[in-house]
Amino acid sequence: MQQQEKPPWWKTDFGPPYFKDLMHPVLKKNYGKWAYHEVIRPGVIKRVAESGDVVYVVRFGTPRLISIYTIRELCDIADKYCDGYLRWTSRHNVEFILTDESKIDDLIKEVEEKVGFPCGGTWDTPKGKYGLTNIIHTQGWIHCHTPAIDASGIVKAIMDELYEYFVDMKLPGLCRISLACCANMCGAVHASDISIVGIHRTPPLVDDDAVRRMCELPSTAAACPTAAIKVKAKEKTLEVDGEKCMYCGNCYTMCPGMPLFDPENDGAAILCAGKVSDARHPPELSKVVVPWVPNEPPRWPTLVEKIKQIFMAWANNAKKHERMVEFIERIGWERFFELAGLEFSWHLIDDFRIPPFMYASYRVGTQFRW
Amino acid sequence: MSETPLLDQIPDGPWPSFVKEIKKTAELQDKAVAEGKDIKMPGSARALLKQIEISYKDKKTHWKHGGIVSVVGYGGGVIGRYSDLEDIVPEVHHFHTIRVNMPSGWFYSTKALRQLMDVWEKWGSGITNFHGSTGDIILLGTKSEYLQPCFEDMMKLDPPFDIGGSGSDLRTPSACMGPALCEFACYDTLQICHDITMEFQNELHRPMWPYKFKFKFSGCPNDCVAAKARADCAVIGTWKGEIQIDQDAVKEYAEWMDIEEEVVKLCPTGAISYDAEKKEIKIDNSNCVRCMHCINKMPKALKPGKERGATVLIGAKAPFVEGAIIGWVAVPFIPADELFDTLCEIAEKIWEWWDDIGKFRERVGELIWRRGIGEFLNVIGQEADVRMIKHPRTNPFMFFKEEELVESEVVKKLKERGMKWRSFEYEGEEI
Repeated sequence: MQQQEKPPWWKTDFGPPYFKDLMHPVLKKNYGKWAYHEVIRPGVIKRVAESGDVVYVVRFGTPRLISIYTIRELCDIADKYCDGYLRWTSRHNVEFILTDESKIDDLIKEVEEKVGFPCGGTWDTPKGKYGLTNIIHTQGWIHCHTPAIDASGIVKAIMDELYEYFVDMKLPGLCRISLACCANMCGAVHASDISIVGIHRTPPLVDDDAVRRMCELPSTAAACPTAAIKVKAKEKTLEVDGEKCMYCGNCYTMCPGMPLFDPENDGAAILCAGKVSDARHPPELSKVVVPWVPNEPPRWPTLVEKIKQIFMAWANNAKKHERMVEFIERIGWERFFELAGLEFSWHLIDDFRIPPFMYASYRVGTQFRW
Repeated sequence: MSETPLLDQIPDGPWPSFVKEIKKTAELQDKAVAEGKDIKMPGSARALLKQIEISYKDKKTHWKHGGIVSVVGYGGGVIGRYSDLEDIVPEVHHFHTIRVNMPSGWFYSTKALRQLMDVWEKWGSGITNFHGSTGDIILLGTKSEYLQPCFEDMMKLDPPFDIGGSGSDLRTPSACMGPALCEFACYDTLQICHDITMEFQNELHRPMWPYKFKFKFSGCPNDCVAAKARADCAVIGTWKGEIQIDQDAVKEYAEWMDIEEEVVKLCPTGAISYDAEKKEIKIDNSNCVRCMHCINKMPKALKPGKERGATVLIGAKAPFVEGAIIGWVAVPFIPADELFDTLCEIAEKIWEWWDDIGKFRERVGELIWRRGIGEFLNVIGQEADVRMIKHPRTNPFMFFKEEELVESEVVKKLKERGMKWRSFEYEGEEI
């Protein structure tokens, strides 16, 4: 673009709004001086400051994809009840901060009736009663160019099925469910209690013409983790050793001439028993327990059924506070597959090269003695 | 008959529906157009619905690779996206995403939000994500020619909103709610996140590295932003010294909580004991690993120790390409008041090293794996600490530095005879 005289309001690199300017005054006043919290009912967290000030944080689940018109409705409600302030959590929930306990019921009623977002997603660790929180997820067919599955539609189908656990607190422990629509994992779901990952199952088909027009041959070949791609310098294209390919799609990310979509064979793998918190058990990666389920829009019945089996095996049998990985380590994998009604197959035995996490004796997490 | 028979089945069930959100946008967008509002992307929400319906029928995406699109002066922050169904849904043929840098901790005033929504009603599809996986506000879908005027309208707001990261740059840093709402916060996650974002605006907006780099800030080991699993630089609040105990509050919990069963027995190192008669707990702090379980259980009675700071874990990433990594301990403890300066120093050293020898699309964690953590510690100037490992190595294949060795007569004589590691020279190399 041509260099032009910039108008007086022009600026770049000015950064995000300063968070304290967008924060409820009672939070600013008690910043860093909170004494304790209690979950007084599903979705409502009472936070007490050292000053004696009390706020009620009321949490609602959202579909992540939100209309600007819905945001305006949420703003109307925040103006009415919360002096014009609201926040979102790291898992797509929206939170209203009330200073008046008597308004909780009206607020919940108004959000549920006007906007249709359910109140919940909290857990009460002191009492050992846990609710399910929202599913972290990616774009899927709504906006992504490499997905093997949709994201929002699957999340909707799963949360419809597990809804009662979101609006109540009747689980034995925390359960984080996450979804990424391809192995690129924008959602970074690889350390969740249950994760769903879109996978392809057929090697990319080389579109010679597109490769010649759009791709850099050496970097595309180098992008393959199993060295399955060779440069055919004379023909100015690439070739794929289908036997070596594990369909990660990294080459397609590099080069649009390597599409690997196959509607009948794309689908999802299900992983479980990962976590990021250091509470009790150090952080852990999730493990594949279902190699593949098909794409079945619009409601993905097979996928939802498998998730429910895994979820209920844990929910019905875990001890208080036990997360998936702690539960499975206690009962053993053979018992877990039995309880969850899952079939163990050869796909689940690792034959990828030794990945860094397993290789390294480097410590993860923050469990230290001083 | 409905144009979207498959998507019409989505609103079934109690969970809020994204299809309902898109339909609502389509209806209200039409209404705004009818009222004479200046809407640049009329019909786009309806067209998006149509395209997704086709994806649901075909069981595949209809979005193509994006080209390079951005705004003046920036290299990242806009994700180019084109439909491969342009004849059927011309309204979303260009449908680029703008990533907007959210305020630390996702705190908003309705005034700020409404202004941003007004801008997006005019220039885009009216559809958003609150929020994207990295934390940005996602404005979903506009044409190439509207990117610049949309951003210019964003910079005129009060407060203005800037663009976030994408591509091979610093991605938008994110933080847990920290001291704004949580008594567990061991350092000011929100302020550090804001300060780091401001300090590295150039790195955030102009992709120039081998690949992406993420900072995430969690105030305690509970890690509510999942930093340990996905941030190249995860900053996790922790403490030294003794857990603060309020024995009166312990007595309150003892009224209804089985402290022996749920606190004492679940401590991973058995560091807690409970006197059921006095209703008091005792913690062997030398054996405590600061996992947070007991503090989570009794937030009123137990608080992190007073000497607070953070652990830095480096290298976390998703499986692409070498395999997933949960961040490795790089600096076991940085006092809270030194955190900002130390992080800047470490980050710049890492970036220089990675920029120099990192391969295209190689994350920092993969580079550490390729070169070894020994080299990495030299790069960041960090002494080895037993807290960096689960256990010492199981093989004796170690590297030693020359200064660790002594000269022996035997080797000296062999060298005098002209023996050396190799008899040839590389170009320009001194032997």
